[in-house]
Amino acid sequence: MSSIVTVAVEEQSYQWREGLLPRTDELTRPSELTPQSVPHIRSWFAVHGAEVDHISIAAINQGVANNMSVNTVPCTVKPAVTLQIEDAKTDSSRPGVYVVDVTLPIGQTVNIQEISFKNYYTAYLSMRLLRRDGEGAAKWATCLRNHCLMPSPHTEEGSQDYVSVYRQQMLMEPDNVTSVRLILRQPSSAWLNFTVEEIKIHPCLNEDSEWDIPDWLSDLTQVDQLCDLQGLPDPQTVSSSIQQMWALTEVMQTNQTTASIGRFDVDGCYDINLLSFT
Amino acid sequence: MMDEGTELSLTIAQIVQRLKGTHLHSQIERQAKECLHRPEIKLESVKEDVRNFLKVSGWERKLQNAVYRELHVQLPPSHPAAPPEHAKEPLAYMRKAQASWEKRILKSLNSMCTELGVPLARKRPAVEQKELTNKWNEMGTDEPDLSRFRPVYAPKDFLEVLISLRNPNHDSSEEASAKSHWGLIQVPLHDRGIPQMREAYSELSLTTGQLGIDDHTHVPPDLFESEHIRIGKKVVSEQDSAAAQQYSRQGCPTGLRADLWALILNSTNEPEDVMHYEQLKAGVIHHDLLVDNLIYKDVKLTASNDDYYFVFEDFLYQVLLCFSRDTAVLEHFSYNSATPPKSYIQGKVGIEEFAVVYPPNGVIPFHGFSMYVAPLCFLYNEPSKLYSVFREMYVRYFFRLHSVSSSTSGIVSLCLQFERLLQTHLPQLFYHLREIGAQPLRIAFKWMVRAFSGYLSTDQLLLLWDRILGYDSLEIVAVLAAAVFAFRAENLMEVTSLASAEAVLADLSTLKVMPLIQIFLFATVI
Repeated sequence: MSSIVTVAVEEQSYQWREGLLPRTDELTRPSELTPQSVPHIRSWFAVHGAEVDHISIAAINQGVANNMSVNTVPCTVKPAVTLQIEDAKTDSSRPGVYVVDVTLPIGQTVNIQEISFKNYYTAYLSMRLLRRDGEGAAKWATCLRNHCLMPSPHTEEGSQDYVSVYRQQMLMEPDNVTSVRLILRQPSSAWLNFTVEEIKIHPCLNEDSEWDIPDWLSDLTQVDQLCDLQGLPDPQTVSSSIQQMWALTEVMQTNQTTASIGRFDVDGCYDINLLSFT
Repeated sequence: MMDEGTELSLTIAQIVQRLKGTHLHSQIERQAKECLHRPEIKLESVKEDVRNFLKVSGWERKLQNAVYRELHVQLPPSHPAAPPEHAKEPLAYMRKAQASWEKRILKSLNSMCTELGVPLARKRPAVEQKELTNKWNEMGTDEPDLSRFRPVYAPKDFLEVLISLRNPNHDSSEEASAKSHWGLIQVPLHDRGIPQMREAYSELSLTTGQLGIDDHTHVPPDLFESEHIRIGKKVVSEQDSAAAQQYSRQGCPTGLRADLWALILNSTNEPEDVMHYEQLKAGVIHHDLLVDNLIYKDVKLTASNDDYYFVFEDFLYQVLLCFSRDTAVLEHFSYNSATPPKSYIQGKVGIEEFAVVYPPNGVIPFHGFSMYVAPLCFLYNEPSKLYSVFREMYVRYFFRLHSVSSSTSGIVSLCLQFERLLQTHLPQLFYHLREIGAQPLRIAFKWMVRAFSGYLSTDQLLLLWDRILGYDSLEIVAVLAAAVFAFRAENLMEVTSLASAEAVLADLSTLKVMPLIQIFLFATVI
């Protein structure tokens, strides 16, 4: 079970499941790729003379899609604090705002790529981050304002969804973060309780070290150093067509069909027990 | 919320995965190879020329239709952390309710099996197989003793399950308030009001031509009908799935309906489809299932008693018995909140290699199930084609009518939608019916569960199903149910008991559905 890398080169689409692009130790197996790998794949192809139209990384078998962003940062989630107007604890009204603090272990900071969680009847989410700046002082800043999780707070839509908030959606760069504050709002009185669960912080992948192109690649002839061809075909076209042929053979090899055979019996036998239920 | 690019890539990859290895894929490959002999294919531009050829010869359109079909049944890409059951049904309490309902059904089936001493499945001896093969086209003449069998459940049992659905996190304190819901369904699903529906169903508006209204004998055909038929013929000749779906919103002409529905559902009748049907037929011949008796009983009790459908009795057996053997139906369980029942080969309980699904298609028929097939018999007389169309309609729409889910086309949403429409626009009627102990849903539920099959006259039913296909949603069924109550409101205000309310609404065979829907959606004062 693995992810599939689909690369469109000149409108032809190739797919890899195993043993990826040739001769790269760095661009490893598809199951280890993430959306952040896309620019690196693109530049790898560009170096080899193939103009890439479209790259996608799809986890087809959803159950293993966790491969994609499985690195999370250990953090503690503090119990939710309600925000209420009066000091006296009145039972009649339920709070409509909760604040959940998520803190990293002391001294650690993280550059956040994504925060994922499972919603439980929260309608709107705001997020603030405590960031450490250059001098070591910590400052709070709002990175998400009234993000809507339930389009209609009185009804079920979106109430139990799995949600991710990405770096790109945030109002400022979520770097050097020590603490995350989630402000949950549920204005509807229809619900007894609301919260968010399974909060996970996914850090940025350390891009530089993982994606170094090996030395031998940089020894390749640069485009502008074309030597006298003497009637031979252009090395760029040759290299790209060789790549395409190689890719095609890979596709043929890994070509698996999802069509089922249609038999419902086991070796001709369908004498079954009573129906089982757990 | 992944960015759009990633979502699109995932969708593309999933569709490519599904279409690979299908018959269409190999056909297109073969066409592409064979066309290389043609003079217009030049070596320098081989790619462009082959593509042009495929476009001109109609193969690109077939591929487009196949992709369009996949988009209909594809789940939206789910969050990586979400488990597969979340994709089937996001709300935990609904999953639980569905699971316990299924458990009840399984227990009922198991006890039927042990009490009657009939095995769940039995290989037929050769003599019996031969007999059945000979009798295949006239199974209706058989009069087996079905008195011991009873349907596993009837719609009213299922209604009780829906009525008892509760969200544990929902505040259902008893104080009356503006948001009190008077009806039986007490889950807070989203429903659409008439203003939103006017936008969504704009093709049904008072100023747009409709089949079912503007093809009336008194209306000159040049006003709408002739032109509509002309466009319909063009859509069929272009073989465009998406265009057919859009066209169907204004109704399908009787002469074109069979082709249009097959196009919308991307239901082909190629040799491979016929072969698939023959394979299913072989499955029926070889094994006898307990479920078959339930099917026989259901057909005898419902369709055979219906003035419109009794002539199709044999077809119904031919379709439904094969349907039970079709493992391709199992695919739809990835987006159905239900789970297929499981069992093991005798003596191998617990060993996964010997685990099987029962019945092979995972669907246990209930009382009235054959009415999903019956109207289609008017359109298709070839069993493999009829089967193909029915199966696609089941895995797109009908399955939602008998499983517990929060989907907007699901039966729970339809019931809630019906009750809310009634409460908002006919509050006096609703209140009166409630007071006399005649909750409207108790009457309307049986109509909605069958998508009105067997209650409307056939031509009206087909006009309704045109719109279900055209709008790719069952919501119109709830609208019609409310419109019927609106139509008979005066009489209903006079009744004083549930029985008399039922009597007022017992006969819908004279109703014209499109005017009712149109008036309810577009002429209601809001």
